[in-house]
Amino acid sequence: MGYAYYPGCSLHGTAKEYDMSSRACLDFLGIQYRELPDWSCCGASSAHSVDHTLAVSLPARNLTLAEQMNLPLMTPCAACYSRLRGAHHALRSDPGLAKKVLTVLGSEYKGRYEPLSILDVLYQYGPEAVGEKVTKKLKELRVACYYGCLLLRPPDYAKFDDPENPGKMERLVETTGASAVDWPHRTECCGASLSLSDTKLVVSLATSIVDMAVRHGAECIVTACPMCQANLDMRQRGRTKLPVYYVTELLGLAFGLEPKRLGLTTHMVNAISLLRAKQLA
Amino acid sequence: MIRVGVFVCWCGSNIAGTVDVGKVAEEAARIPGVVHVEQNKYTCSDPGQDSIRKAIKEHRLDRVVVAACSPRMHENTFRKCAASAGLNPYLVEMANIREHCSWVHSDMSVSTPKAVDIVRRAVAKVKRCVPLHPSTIPVEKRALVIGGGIAGIQAALDIAEAGYDVTVVEREPTIGGRMAQLDKTFPTLDCSSCILTPKMVDAASHPGIRILTYAEVEEISGYVGNFEVRVRKRARSVDEARCTACGICILKCPTSRDSEFNMGLGTRKAIYMPFPQAVPNKPTIDREICRHFTAGKCGICQKVCPSGAVDFSQEDQVLTEKFGAVVAATGATQFSVEVYGEYGYGRYPDVITGLELERLISSTGPTDGKIRRPSDGKIPKTVVFIKCVGSRDENKGYPYCSKACCMYTAKHAILLKEKIPSASAYVFYMDVRAGGKDYEEFYKRSQEMGTRYVRGRVSRIYPLDGKLIVQGEDTLLGERVEVEADLVVLAAAMVPQPDAPEMARKLGISYNQYGFFSEAHPKLRPVETNTAGVFLAGTCQGPKDIPETVAQASAAAAKVISLFAKSELSTNPNVASVDESLCSGCLWCSNVCPYKAIEEKIITERAGKETVTRTVASVNTGLCQGCGACTVACRDGAMNLLGFTNEQILAEVEALCL
Repeated sequence: MGYAYYPGCSLHGTAKEYDMSSRACLDFLGIQYRELPDWSCCGASSAHSVDHTLAVSLPARNLTLAEQMNLPLMTPCAACYSRLRGAHHALRSDPGLAKKVLTVLGSEYKGRYEPLSILDVLYQYGPEAVGEKVTKKLKELRVACYYGCLLLRPPDYAKFDDPENPGKMERLVETTGASAVDWPHRTECCGASLSLSDTKLVVSLATSIVDMAVRHGAECIVTACPMCQANLDMRQRGRTKLPVYYVTELLGLAFGLEPKRLGLTTHMVNAISLLRAKQLA
Repeated sequence: MIRVGVFVCWCGSNIAGTVDVGKVAEEAARIPGVVHVEQNKYTCSDPGQDSIRKAIKEHRLDRVVVAACSPRMHENTFRKCAASAGLNPYLVEMANIREHCSWVHSDMSVSTPKAVDIVRRAVAKVKRCVPLHPSTIPVEKRALVIGGGIAGIQAALDIAEAGYDVTVVEREPTIGGRMAQLDKTFPTLDCSSCILTPKMVDAASHPGIRILTYAEVEEISGYVGNFEVRVRKRARSVDEARCTACGICILKCPTSRDSEFNMGLGTRKAIYMPFPQAVPNKPTIDREICRHFTAGKCGICQKVCPSGAVDFSQEDQVLTEKFGAVVAATGATQFSVEVYGEYGYGRYPDVITGLELERLISSTGPTDGKIRRPSDGKIPKTVVFIKCVGSRDENKGYPYCSKACCMYTAKHAILLKEKIPSASAYVFYMDVRAGGKDYEEFYKRSQEMGTRYVRGRVSRIYPLDGKLIVQGEDTLLGERVEVEADLVVLAAAMVPQPDAPEMARKLGISYNQYGFFSEAHPKLRPVETNTAGVFLAGTCQGPKDIPETVAQASAAAAKVISLFAKSELSTNPNVASVDESLCSGCLWCSNVCPYKAIEEKIITERAGKETVTRTVASVNTGLCQGCGACTVACRDGAMNLLGFTNEQILAEVEALCL
């Protein structure tokens, strides 16, 4: 048993630290996984808004590969998660499309396993069980959990949690001993899709999200999406700058793993100084 | 020799637009047994019916086929027409070439041969029709009204005024229903209590009306004119005859819970009256929380009662009574707005529903009529109203329009301005639907008082520094809107009672996909149901405001009165009939009968030289509704539905398929 691990392009590039920390956490918890051999683009780039068949065929190829391994496909990236779930959903509910995609791929996708986010995998492992593995409590760290859009929407298929009032990330984060603040902008749009085309707008969105977190007493933001992380990390222009961690980075810290192994040194907003100040790193 | 007349209807262009009526008539004339064919623009009209009567006489017709619309529409019309020409009405057959043919096709080359087939089928059947004769049943001239809201009260008063006895069964401890919770009513802003409570008293004191509160209908059997109804009157634990309603028991009771009447915004005691004007004006003990019942302790109310009215040993009473007609006035409830996570109802105390605001405005409410927000009791300065919460939303709620919300939101905005002149009100709306007498003017008035109407939906509400930040879109300006509000009011949709399907089953009536009871015809029979003798009043049939509810209740009462005006009723002769010579007495038919209309019967007959006794099925024609389930279950072919016999149906199949 175990999972097929799908990193996607972000985790081989801008979100390298998400890949590092995900693998480190999975290894530490003893969760079996194998990187999907010969994986290809999930279609989250521009493909999904250009051609529907292509938008489904791209993720379907990866889903089919995993199914042939008899393993559920898991990905840390929220955008990959969205594309994989969307394709899974479309292929299972639209036989006409499934037929078309079959001619593209040459092999059938049966849809035996739901594609999962790494958060799903951690939930299957169990928040209590994760908590038991914590060796270094992240006490007094006040965290704003930020879900963004792709993990929760559209709720027809990408339903990791309640789309309007999610709470699963908080539960995971609190197993580390950190406290999750109650704040309203957990599911606001960070504007990542316009990051290059309308940077001014995105700066205002990202800044308002970070400011709201500051206003509610957060010292850092935690996310599970490479787009959200990069965008908030780069585009915040508020008076107080908050480091933006991946959920796996915080978990890794709580497991007592080396900050460097988790990629904490690669952030735009210094991700180490807060931890040093709290004597957590 | 059978002589069939076929009358092909144009139905204006409804049929003639897509079916070649001339061709159908031509083909019909060739069918064996058909001796006369005619076409008419509107066969149902007076000249159309006259031509049928004339033809019956002139051509000595003994069977009639009308190729027109659905039998649900006009079968009765043509039966009456044939009867007036001396023909037994059950020798008329409809060929539905409208709903089943012209309306669903656009290609005349397809629809015309199909129409011919449909006519051929009807001719084949009508040739095997035999005269049927209705019998009569007596009518019990007492009405049952289920539900004691404004619909039930109005219907009961109207029926009782005509001189017939009425029993109202209400499951709450008081009559009054939703209207009792309202403060003022649109579009005239007269106070709800001032117009409702006198009616409640009228109903309670009317010699022809008996009110059973804290009671529920458990079972209904029988048929029009002769319903047998079992009612459970729950134990109130207070002797209504002895109680003087002094209220000391309520004062001294140590246990309380959220008040249902105040929508959870206040509390009530374990022994309680929902509101001071309750009818009957007697308290009830809520056994779920009363310490005497939960812990075996207390009993203070009994000790302090000066008239010895508290009776913990009281038991539920089960009454079984006969009624001739039933009015369902079971009302509706509010949509569970928690579904809209983005509005945060349940998480943020200052996000409330319209009914909750009614209680905050009402002088009998938890704040004595001062609009205070639930979280900190402060007077709100900015109030946002959101319409269509649960209605007109296929994703999270229901697709239908809840109808009353546009007007009650306008009312809320006006009342807010009257109570707090400095307050500002924003209404987020999709459309403003103000169809109704004086409604548009009323909506205008709310605008003139300064209410800002914003066309668009709210995407999110979140609390910030003691305010609620309401984010939405103004779709007219194409801009994002953000309002810092103190209070947000959700116009929750009216939805069916959760147990409406169960009540429909008890009543033997149908309901729509949402759970609202179905009327027999949306336009022409709006208060009748498909079960004779059961009528509908109020929001159990669909969302309505008070004027419409009252009008419908009076209409239902009129139907009951016209039913009771007859001393006996003629029954539908399309009932099941047993051929005893074929019946083996297995009684499978009785198992499948939904109306409990089939009993076993012992017959004695001669078989050769011996006399044998055996069991056969026997149909109670008063109970039988002619559904035909038994005819399918019968393995001997002994059961037949008169007017739809096995022989007739096989003849139809042959005509269509061979």
